[in-house]
Amino acid sequence: MVKLRYEIEGGNFNRAGNASSNVKKVLKQLNIDQKLIKKIVVALYEAEVNIVAHAYEGEIEVEISPSKIDMVLRDKGPGIPDVEKAMMEGFSTASQKVREMGFGAGMGLPNIKKNIDLLEIETTVGVGTTLKMTKFFDDVTE
Amino acid sequence: MSQSETFHHALYVNDKKCIRCTHCVKVCPTEAIRIVDAKVVIREERCVDCGECMRACPHNAIKIEHDDLELIRKYKYRVVLFPAVFLGQFPERITEDQIYASLLEIGFTHAYEVEQPIEVLKNQLRKVIKANQTDYPVISSFCPAIVRLIRIKYPSLTECIARVKAPHDLSAHWVLKQFAEKGIDPSEVGLFYVTPCVAKITAVKSPLGEKESIITGVINPKQLYNKVMSIAEKVQPIDSSELRKSLTKEGIQWSLTHGETWWQSKKSISVDGIHNAIRFLERLENGHVHDIDFLEIRACDRSCAGGILLSQNRFLTVDRLKKRAKRYPSSEKTAWLGNENFEELERMIVTDEILPRPMLRYGSDMSKAIDRMERARNIMCHLPAIDCAACGAPTCQALAEDMVNGMARMSDCIFIQQLWQNDGKILPQRAFDRMEKKWGVGRFDPDCTKKGAKNEGF
Repeated sequence: MVKLRYEIEGGNFNRAGNASSNVKKVLKQLNIDQKLIKKIVVALYEAEVNIVAHAYEGEIEVEISPSKIDMVLRDKGPGIPDVEKAMMEGFSTASQKVREMGFGAGMGLPNIKKNIDLLEIETTVGVGTTLKMTKFFDDVTE
Repeated sequence: MSQSETFHHALYVNDKKCIRCTHCVKVCPTEAIRIVDAKVVIREERCVDCGECMRACPHNAIKIEHDDLELIRKYKYRVVLFPAVFLGQFPERITEDQIYASLLEIGFTHAYEVEQPIEVLKNQLRKVIKANQTDYPVISSFCPAIVRLIRIKYPSLTECIARVKAPHDLSAHWVLKQFAEKGIDPSEVGLFYVTPCVAKITAVKSPLGEKESIITGVINPKQLYNKVMSIAEKVQPIDSSELRKSLTKEGIQWSLTHGETWWQSKKSISVDGIHNAIRFLERLENGHVHDIDFLEIRACDRSCAGGILLSQNRFLTVDRLKKRAKRYPSSEKTAWLGNENFEELERMIVTDEILPRPMLRYGSDMSKAIDRMERARNIMCHLPAIDCAACGAPTCQALAEDMVNGMARMSDCIFIQQLWQNDGKILPQRAFDRMEKKWGVGRFDPDCTKKGAKNEGF
């Protein structure tokens, strides 16, 4: 099993996407199907940017085994008051500043859900959010 | 001179000149080069023919395969196909007429600049861009090193590459067609391409996306430059305007940076230099490049003006060609579109599908790859991360990879060896023997003629 860990700095958009880009490189080296890599990286990027855009700090832990990839993203941040709403396309709580940087279109969580097999969200308002995402490698159909 | 064909493709190492200094090992953008048993070895499956190793070699030990100029004598009709950047090599006091006249004096019966029929390519490219339905830009197929780089490093982008041949192929088809119209047997025609780079030699010798190239041979521009320079100012100049009557602004600038983009109405971007190209492709693959219709991307800085086989300054070459382009008409004003051969040429320059050929660091079996990657990461805990290349691999990580793939050993690292000697785990003599095996007997004897030493050059 290959384990990877990245620390994410809230508000630092210069580095947003570095973790997902690194995970992509690792998946390519492991000869994972290109289409799967694309989906995994889209989901991970969205989740990574969520931490950068909303939280103070966070970490990403990735575990890759022959059958699947598990990604856990923990952040210290405002939490999500209404998860159901956050899952709707176009709904966003991103600040004006974040939107001006080209993020915060309200596609984050919906886009993650679309591209991943299992998604679990644990969140406490005022404390933080943990996202658990899994993608299985046997699914190369779509 | 003993020359071992260590380098696949068009490059090889002259073992007499090579001192195993690792410059090439360190600059290779695909980490394709290693030192093994006192020899430079290239991993064929990783090489993209970019020529960065040749550029970096301080000992002029990396050579290219090219055809001897004498080969042209075998043919009744001897055509030299040369890129505009070749003409851009010469100082401005040497006129275009003098350059053309010199080429004919050297023994060619016909001289053509390859970018003459560029309108065909332009038009085809426009069609490909217009037909693109994906979220990704069409990627230019112009630079063969970039095409190879994409195939091995960015396989998912392979389908974005325009299935259009290069100017030298187009002009070769065009020239052959003109000969055929005059009733000349094609077997009597030799087409010789003056290539600005290594990648284009390989593209001619083993073309991608087409059965075989119609080019007869490749000529090293350095050799031809010397020949032309030695006679250009003595030769009786001719009026060569008829020989380049189809040459246009677009054609002259095609192989320069922005050559494929400045005339476009679509959103396009131009990237040059291998490291810039890698960064851009990485970003594109991550899905973070939006709203671009066309990507011009070339391995050399200043594109072909910086071609590895050209010896003159790239900025001066660009300058001469830019000035020159101003004197030529736009390709839209030439009679190409009405030409009955236009459609036929367009069909000829479409390539077969270009397939990905991913570079797999840990083999194709995924569970084995995971296991090997884990082991490599464990090994990295022990390697010093100095990336000195004294093990013969470009970085500590590359050494770790080689180790798990059974191609290197822990003791290849000189620091580990030192630690082991300190701990009494390895005898000094054994450590020395290993070093000698890696770098060659006598490699560390004093030599005052080496670069920077007391008797350099003697």
